[in-house]
Amino acid sequence: MTTESLLLIFAVLSPIFPVFDLAGEAAGLQLHLDQRLVTIFVYGILVVALNVQVGYAGLLQLGIAAFFGIGAMATGVMTVDKYPFHFGFWGALVCAPLVAAVAGVVIGAPTLRLRGDYLAIVTIGFGEVLRTVLINLENITDGPRGLNPVPEVWTPSWLRDWIGAGDAGEANLLVMYYTALLVLVAAVVVLKVIENTRIGRAFVALREDELAAACMGLDPGRIKLMAFAGGAALSGLAGCLYATNLTTTADPTNYDFNNAVMVLCCLIIGGLGSLRGALLGAALLIGFDNVLSPLLDRAIQVAVGDASHPLARFSSWRWFLFGFALIFMMRLRPEGLFPARRVAAELHDEPEEA
Amino acid sequence: MLDTLAQQLLLGLTNGMVFALIALGYTMVYGILEFINFAHGDVFMLSGFFALTLVGALGLQDAQGFALFAQLALVLVLASGFGALVNLLIDRLVYKPLRKAPKLAPLVSAIGVSFVLQNIGLIWGALPLDVFGGGGQPAAPKSFPALLPTDNLLGDAALTLQLKDVLVIGASLAVMTALFLLVTRTKLGMAMRATAQDPQAARLMGVDVDRVVAATFLVGGGLAGFAAVVYALYINTVYYQMGYQNGLYAFTAAVVGGIGNIPGAVLGGLLLGLVRAFSDQFIGAQWQPAVLFGILIVLLVFRPSGLLGSTAREKV
Repeated sequence: MTTESLLLIFAVLSPIFPVFDLAGEAAGLQLHLDQRLVTIFVYGILVVALNVQVGYAGLLQLGIAAFFGIGAMATGVMTVDKYPFHFGFWGALVCAPLVAAVAGVVIGAPTLRLRGDYLAIVTIGFGEVLRTVLINLENITDGPRGLNPVPEVWTPSWLRDWIGAGDAGEANLLVMYYTALLVLVAAVVVLKVIENTRIGRAFVALREDELAAACMGLDPGRIKLMAFAGGAALSGLAGCLYATNLTTTADPTNYDFNNAVMVLCCLIIGGLGSLRGALLGAALLIGFDNVLSPLLDRAIQVAVGDASHPLARFSSWRWFLFGFALIFMMRLRPEGLFPARRVAAELHDEPEEA
Repeated sequence: MLDTLAQQLLLGLTNGMVFALIALGYTMVYGILEFINFAHGDVFMLSGFFALTLVGALGLQDAQGFALFAQLALVLVLASGFGALVNLLIDRLVYKPLRKAPKLAPLVSAIGVSFVLQNIGLIWGALPLDVFGGGGQPAAPKSFPALLPTDNLLGDAALTLQLKDVLVIGASLAVMTALFLLVTRTKLGMAMRATAQDPQAARLMGVDVDRVVAATFLVGGGLAGFAAVVYALYINTVYYQMGYQNGLYAFTAAVVGGIGNIPGAVLGGLLLGLVRAFSDQFIGAQWQPAVLFGILIVLLVFRPSGLLGSTAREKV
């Protein structure tokens, strides 16, 4: 199945979500499938963004949540009443990735020449610095409440009426749903094209052998920076959608290291360097976290009978799952569940003793 | 003013000792395997929980005089042993099979291990033990009883010097001296240095590299376990995320000193402890991560080899 047809299914599927929601209600759950799917789309963009950096170019960065946060904050600053910009959603959708890309260049230009594991640490450090700054500059970021209200997706009123059939709340949900899906599809299509251009091949060449790539006339510094800034821009885009969906830039702790690891987890499980893998990884893991784990919580609580104890909640155990997933994938199937052929060959190729 | 400075100097020194102890574990493993053991900070955290559980089991909060010190020494030894074993076990189960894999594999696995250990810490903290405040609040910091007398050893002087300060600094210095002797004076230490320099050549000279790596993980884990007790005695809390932040700070310390360099880790730890104490005093504790990680970023950009490290070249 191609990546496009996979996404098409989601576009066609949305009218039957109420059926699932009703089924959920019967089981005593507020499912809101369309809202949860928006979260999956947002993370889908985030995972393909990380794929550009880690999967294509082999830059292990652990601070993707920071660029996600920068995109969300930029959206907040550009749209809320508190600031004089009032760009609206579409303006923010254009500007947020630019801001994130600039941040990517600023942090990437001096650090990308570092050895791989140092880059991982620097990006974690950057994430921590950003989180601290966002929490402490409360008069700028509105602290844990986040900047709000971030306006909804602007659409012409006739389109809105037609989509929601007169129901404003319903129209809002559907507009958000299709906008997020559309942005995801656009990102995937663009990346698919890039994969087979000079730039895309340069990324992969660099990952496979930096020295050989440089000898062939590629400029490693510039190409790494392009991959890094490109990934940052896409993360900013995801951040913009995230803030719009929540109508607030939310608590800065939403953009911390745990979040970055979650995105990395999606990518590793799906398959490094594979677009299809990245999307399926996001769907699997974020879907699990958002749709299945509330169901599991419910089941556990029914089974234990004591809902108050924190260990009776599945969420107290979820990091076991993600941690073990990373360990087992690296040991047994480092190329992921839906691998890119080239990456699989690379990861199973045992390097000779240095 | 002078008193404040002296007090912060003391605080920085004690904090720095803890950082240095953890940093040694990072730097020794990195020196030999060129691999950041992300889970190292969480071994430190689990050892803290282990120590607190022991304190509860021995009823140490009620002990006095000689019995207190004897049992405290026992807790120190057992927690070090616990840290060492956990670290060795992780290496055997997770990292060892990946020795020849691309560099990404062990690093990502280590992140996975770190999250698993944090979850274990979370569950451990929910155990219904009296020392954990009856359990049930897994994420809440657990208070580690203040075992040592809090009188000022300097009498009425403005500078407060408590027994725990003396103990932290003294015990840490003793352990570091022992480590220094181990690395410079014993056969195992020589094998460690040889392996760090060139594993291939060391193997050809008859060094059992696997044994050296195992010993490195044991020693590093032991130091982390020791640091956990020292930290708990000093800060009086244990919580499941203490490994993440302290681990990152300690890694920063290792980088500051020059990663792979043992005296460098101690120097970096002390420097970072001092910076932390003074930034908390004069900039504000809420800015602490920004200051310390800001230093890390600037340092890695301008002097990636650290203060004492030679220029570390990536092997092609």
